[in-house]
Amino acid sequence: MISRRDFLQASIAASAIYGVSGVGNWSKLAAQQAMTQDQLLEFDTMGNVTLIHITDVHAQLKPIYFREPEINLGVGEVNGVPPHVTGADFLKMFNIEAGSPRAYALTNQDFVALAREYGKMGGMDRVATVVNAIRADRPDALLLDGGDTWQGSYTAQKTMGQDMVNVFNALKPDAMTSHWEFTLGLDRVTEIVDNEIDFPFLGANIYDAEWEEPAYEPYKIFERGGAKIAVIGQAFPYMPIANPKWLFPGLSFGVREERMNEVVQEVRDAGADLVVVLSHNGFDVDRKLASRVEGIDVILTGHTHDALPEPLMVGETLLIASGSNGKFISRLDLDVREGRMMGFKHKLIPIFSDVIEPDAEVAALIDEQREPFKAELEEVLGTTDSLLYRRGNFNGTWDDLICNALIEEREADIALSPGFRWGPSLLPGQEITREDLHNATAMNYPAAYRTEMTGETLKIVLEDVADNLFNPDPYYQQGGDMVRVGGMGYSIDISKPQGERITNMTMLKNGEAVDPAKSYVVSGWASVNEGTEGPAIWDVVEDYIKRKGTVSVDPNQSVLVNAG
Amino acid sequence: MNLTRRNAMALGAAAAATIVALPAGAATFEEAVMSVTGGKEAAEGGDLVLTAPEIAENGNTVPVAIDAPGAVAVTFLAIGNPNPAVATFKFGPLAGSREASTRIRLATTQDVVAVAEMEDGSFQTAKQTVKVTIGGCGG
Repeated sequence: MISRRDFLQASIAASAIYGVSGVGNWSKLAAQQAMTQDQLLEFDTMGNVTLIHITDVHAQLKPIYFREPEINLGVGEVNGVPPHVTGADFLKMFNIEAGSPRAYALTNQDFVALAREYGKMGGMDRVATVVNAIRADRPDALLLDGGDTWQGSYTAQKTMGQDMVNVFNALKPDAMTSHWEFTLGLDRVTEIVDNEIDFPFLGANIYDAEWEEPAYEPYKIFERGGAKIAVIGQAFPYMPIANPKWLFPGLSFGVREERMNEVVQEVRDAGADLVVVLSHNGFDVDRKLASRVEGIDVILTGHTHDALPEPLMVGETLLIASGSNGKFISRLDLDVREGRMMGFKHKLIPIFSDVIEPDAEVAALIDEQREPFKAELEEVLGTTDSLLYRRGNFNGTWDDLICNALIEEREADIALSPGFRWGPSLLPGQEITREDLHNATAMNYPAAYRTEMTGETLKIVLEDVADNLFNPDPYYQQGGDMVRVGGMGYSIDISKPQGERITNMTMLKNGEAVDPAKSYVVSGWASVNEGTEGPAIWDVVEDYIKRKGTVSVDPNQSVLVNAG
Repeated sequence: MNLTRRNAMALGAAAAATIVALPAGAATFEEAVMSVTGGKEAAEGGDLVLTAPEIAENGNTVPVAIDAPGAVAVTFLAIGNPNPAVATFKFGPLAGSREASTRIRLATTQDVVAVAEMEDGSFQTAKQTVKVTIGGCGG
């Protein structure tokens, strides 16, 4: 492998490298006048290999608003380093002007005003235009999908991912890996993988649980630009823990660092000049993996939905973070010669839907997928007075709304909503359609349960989830955010160990401390337990929105955070 | 793990599994190791590689494995279990590879420990925390 010094020299020789030695150059790419499609796509092709990365689309075929998090804390070594930098700090770190298109795309700053100015982002028809433009520059560019593609919308739910499979087949990816795909059920995944797609569905860390043997294709080697490029798939490691394992019986996952070591060695032995990991580990897990497994040139990260305007380097490994919900794709041009990566050029391309012309063919295909469901999708359920968004470590207004609905509709003391990171945003004054509601709730285990839990059990649940998020060792983090809580407030010190983070659990309606011995009526959704009973969460929230007509969400002040 | 099913079966036949007598109840890491070594020090960070999941997918059956070049015996300990001793694998002088795997039931989040007795009578040890979690919120 090349040393860092060689790398820098090689990069400089290859010219026009952005962000090699850290951060702060990205906004030079972004002129401050009106955007044009040419500007967004502008890229002087370099080297001999191009990778195109898209990930965590969550079935968003159409353009959406998506507010990035205000709070995204890192613990231990990653405290205050990307992606754990948000808002004004993010703008400063990457030298992005407040109020600019990039500021809107990448942060929560002035989100509502900028959203009205710059419009929605994403849309797979716009993505198709960008992919086609890159392929016009480099016909053999590799398009790699990091997974979480087949879940997250009304139409994906109704068609069990078929709409996404059809549209992605038109985009012609070269490989994908997975996470929520498996929540469609193993039979459905097998059906799609065997019959519906003609690109490999990679997962070096997916094993047969009975025999501890690999169960899926681990990698594929491509010949591009005279170089052999190995793409290794790494599926979400905590599938059977974070999602219901009864949906994909017999499969085991895990980070499996040893396995990654072996597979990297195997592809190097097979002559790979470049090793790319197409990962759904989550950014911090990938950062640790890159520091411990030698021989990986590029990790295309996913799962944690981070969008970074520049690659982050760990040793000699480039980490690329391409956002979520179709807001961005990354283009990475590489100079691969003599069995090594000699230089790179990277651009995180924001998909501004009003600027990038939709590809007519894919637009028509998307309409075709939606046509049978048009009336249901478009039905207006009510209006929101508040900005509705999902992202944030401790709350999002979508989940505040869901928790309010659970408490009222299911007559509960306390509501729990999982810390998912998918689900687009709605602006104040926007109508809420059924499609919008399902964008925030559509999944395969939606039962809104109603049960009793003691104060002690609630504390155990909160501590357990907090450790999944804030364990200082990334290999013990599952991604996602803190479980959202309605009806109860608490304090959290993220620097403490499990069992000591959560204090001051308080019932909001009367200000009383939560009694460990007392039982409370709790309603929530998305339980991973088989046989959970209750109406689908979207029906509960639809009833609530229809009853209210106009919904508004008060600022959430019920979680006191000590960031250590 | 590198262990194929065929190797594992052959290995199972070669290795005699016995249970070390350990005091019942949760032990400290040092106590647990000492109970195997008979009071001798065991070195961490040698050739002994313990492979276990960071987070258990099913706490009732957690796959664990060791690769212990040069070992004559390896003992698995689950030090947070009511009965910490899990199994001891012994390797004869003709054993081609000194690898073993089994499954452990874990009562709660705890350190899984392997203690290897080497050919020269010294001991090595490795441990890994395995979380047993409620799960449910991966986004």
